[in-house]
Amino acid sequence: MLAHELEREIVHRGERLTAAHVSARPGEPLVSLERVVKEFPVKSAGLFSRSREKVHAVSDVSLEVRRGETLALVGETGCGKSTLARCVMRLHDVTSGKVVFDGTDITAASHAELQPFRRRMQMVFQDPYGSLNPRRRVGSIIGDPFDIHRLATGAERTPRVQELMALVGLNPEHYNRFPGDFSGGQRQRIGIARAIALHPDLIVCDEPVSALDVSIRAQILNLLADLQRELGLTYLFISHDLSVIRHVSNRVAVMYLGRVVELAPVDDLYEHARHPYTRALLSAIPVPDPDRAAAREHVVLSGDPPSPLDPPSGCRFHPRCPRAAARCASEAPRLAPAPGDAAEHITACHFPLADHELLATTTVGQRA
Amino acid sequence: MTPVSAHPGVAPLLEVRDLRVAFRTPDGLLEAVNGLSFSVARGQVLGIVGESGSGKSVATQTMVGLTRGARVTGEALFEGQNLLAMSPDQLRAVRGRGIAMVFQNPLSSLHPLYRIGWQIVEMIQAHEQVTKAQARARAIELLGLVGIPHPSRRVDDYPHQFSGGMLQRAMIAMALALNPRLLVADEPTTALDVTVQAQIIRLLGRVQQEFGTAIILITHDLGVIAEVADQVIVMYAGRAMEVAPRRELFRAPSHPYTRGLLHAMPRADLAGGRLTPIPGQPPSLIARPAGCPFHPRCTEAADRCGHDTPPLDALPSAVHHLSSCWLTSSSEKSYIVGNA
Amino acid sequence: MNPTTNTTVRSRGPWALALERLRHDRAAITAGATLVGVLLLALLAPVIASLVGHGPGDQFLDIGLSSSGIPIGPNRTFLLGTDSLGRDVLVRIAYGTRVSLLVGVLASALAVLVGTVVGIAAGWYGGLVDRALSRLMDVVLSLPFLVFALALVAVVGPSLTISVVVIAFFTWASVGRIVRAQALSIRELEYVQAARTLGASHRRIMFVEILPNVTASVIVYTTLLIPGAITGEATLSFLGLSVVPPTPSWGNMLADAMAYYKVAWWFVFFPGAALLITTVAFNVLGDSVRDALDPRRDTASHRSGEEAA
Repeated sequence: MLAHELEREIVHRGERLTAAHVSARPGEPLVSLERVVKEFPVKSAGLFSRSREKVHAVSDVSLEVRRGETLALVGETGCGKSTLARCVMRLHDVTSGKVVFDGTDITAASHAELQPFRRRMQMVFQDPYGSLNPRRRVGSIIGDPFDIHRLATGAERTPRVQELMALVGLNPEHYNRFPGDFSGGQRQRIGIARAIALHPDLIVCDEPVSALDVSIRAQILNLLADLQRELGLTYLFISHDLSVIRHVSNRVAVMYLGRVVELAPVDDLYEHARHPYTRALLSAIPVPDPDRAAAREHVVLSGDPPSPLDPPSGCRFHPRCPRAAARCASEAPRLAPAPGDAAEHITACHFPLADHELLATTTVGQRA
Repeated sequence: MTPVSAHPGVAPLLEVRDLRVAFRTPDGLLEAVNGLSFSVARGQVLGIVGESGSGKSVATQTMVGLTRGARVTGEALFEGQNLLAMSPDQLRAVRGRGIAMVFQNPLSSLHPLYRIGWQIVEMIQAHEQVTKAQARARAIELLGLVGIPHPSRRVDDYPHQFSGGMLQRAMIAMALALNPRLLVADEPTTALDVTVQAQIIRLLGRVQQEFGTAIILITHDLGVIAEVADQVIVMYAGRAMEVAPRRELFRAPSHPYTRGLLHAMPRADLAGGRLTPIPGQPPSLIARPAGCPFHPRCTEAADRCGHDTPPLDALPSAVHHLSSCWLTSSSEKSYIVGNA
Repeated sequence: MNPTTNTTVRSRGPWALALERLRHDRAAITAGATLVGVLLLALLAPVIASLVGHGPGDQFLDIGLSSSGIPIGPNRTFLLGTDSLGRDVLVRIAYGTRVSLLVGVLASALAVLVGTVVGIAAGWYGGLVDRALSRLMDVVLSLPFLVFALALVAVVGPSLTISVVVIAFFTWASVGRIVRAQALSIRELEYVQAARTLGASHRRIMFVEILPNVTASVIVYTTLLIPGAITGEATLSFLGLSVVPPTPSWGNMLADAMAYYKVAWWFVFFPGAALLITTVAFNVLGDSVRDALDPRRDTASHRSGEEAA
């Protein structure tokens, strides 16, 4: 989908809403992250030692999530995508930078100040078995948002909860059951019902289908898409699975070791990837087609991702990059469109790959 | 219902006949594996694909005697001898030398308090008469073979000092230490990042080619199967739904479940759009529906599917391609399995 | 989308599941029955006294002691014999049961209440609060029981209330440590994160999300605390630091009996047996309750096949 078609689609979806409380119009940023940094101190042994080591989970990320779209954050373990999502949700306090929600700076908001924003952004978690309190009944879990924000009490809650259960494809009569009685896919539906209860503006989906069976994944992905249409939701979708992401996203941001290395509309990313890491990721995805699997470019990266405790200097990918040159070790590249790319497609690389170039066989010296 | 081996005329390395594994639970008998038959030829990679509840892990674990408290019937002939009839001591002799296993989570498969080298050496010395120095040299050689850099240094590291991918390589090295004829890899890449997964799959392919080891690769990911398997079994609710050579399975999938899986899978190489899910939930393994286990979710189910369980028969057009489905079955007899 | 239920298995909550497991546990039933018997003994003490016609403090110096002043053994009048002052051992044991159960249960309940609140607060808030509370628990746990009890009683004087307070004081910290450890691990679970994203207050999270999930181990720990409390009370009253004579308790009966063990075995044996049987029954029941509440067994059994596969 081309960029302007994409915008039209988002506007079209958003216009069907009468969400007067949202000041961002469809296509405008609902969430803005400005130079967000998140570091975790590492506790070392010893009663009085002050640790000097830090986990650099997120390093200088600036992103916006536009109203009505699905922005995907993709990357492997240690890239910081989950941490970043939790910074958006204010589950973590950022070390530096700004988090702006619908025009309001919520970076340093207190618990009380955050309450109205808690109703507007919600989260769907990865683990269907850990995201529901096993000792509480399902109706009570889904009814939590109404209780916490004092919107409906006791008997009033029940019909609203049952309505939500039907909306996500659960049998409303199972209101009084415990999570242990449901399958993985059904539990995810319960989690989704809880997340949409107060009709939030933004939902952060943290690997929502990774723990589910393949035949159930498609059901949940379709449900999320349907809900987005019906309720005018904006999604920040976190996943390590590039196959899933292709089906749900409008734009994709690829993260590596705490930084965004490429950001583009979805089809552009898959068909015209510029960053060597993106190419490597795409080539590593197992494809259920033996002929295509044999025919495509195979890039095998050497070694494992370095630890976020001690990230490499300059471009963090340079130790594993087949195209790395001296400049890559000293100077961190900035996100900018590669030559010939539209403004929507930005890459952080000193030597971005052109369409015809193959990562496996090209070196920097060969670039014309 | 004879399984077809890849090389007719040569006895298969492993032949499983009508394996059934059941567990007694307070709610009834749980039939995890319900009549599974397959064979693996020497040097062949067999991919077993299934979701949770399909019985794929229970089947192979039972074969090597790792399941406790189960009721097991059927045969599992490894080089002609029935594993299911062996005593624990005999099985222990087979494990390691004949059949080696690699599991999903390497961190929980290796002892955290002993060095990697020590664990490999200990295993070698338990089965072979070699000196410690010889065993250690072999351990270093193996670690290098599986692609671990600086093996002479890393042989003295503890498991927690390895990353996920390196640790899985070390597990494979340990599994190969005694030159097993068969390697069973149970979801070896599920817990790994996708770039590391690609490396491990490549490694398994090399193992097959360079050492001639047969591999049973158990996974839920059809993409992984497409990269490395020779023969594929698709399992559902404890039975084999479809058996075919790799290309055949992907080019012309026959069973509605296989086709459903392929359509429900999101693909990175095709432009996005709405997916076609398989409706319903995986079945309960206790109160099984009569007939074909997939019929409650099958969009093409006929009347007969709810009463009789279809046998695993060859397709009319392809003798190496088997499917357990009335739509394509050539057999006229009915075949009722288990409780109605 | 058609909602489907794949459960042909009955739906049971985690508590119902636990009760069902308990019902099938022979050891638990036996222990439970024993404890019901002990409770009845305590409740019916006055009834027993009136049935045999002897009060707990009545001294029968003529028919209750032999000619040389030694307690007499079990006979038709005194079913379990008499003690050094010719009092009916059976009746005194029955009344002693009241003291033991009262102190045992009250002290444990108090300890559990305080320990749970402190443990959850320490585990949830973390940081400075956790460090302060943990140090407090460490200090309490390192105080010597008997020395402290002796000192306190020397100041205040022995009584039932003091027993309860002292025993509770020395037990709450071990409950607190266990609850804190649990709260620490529950805090990282996703359903607690979910409660935070919904905007739940600290108090709500501690009571609604964390507390129900530590209740299981708290219950188990309580059933194992009670025998300890009972023994603790027996120790205190053995040293004269608990109830005041002539009120009988198993401990002070044993103290009296020490001098007569060579000539009056029943005087040592029966109170000792009562103490032993009661503590063993609580321990066995506690073990069974722990097994029954084990959350690893809480998934409906039709899923155990999935996990195995």
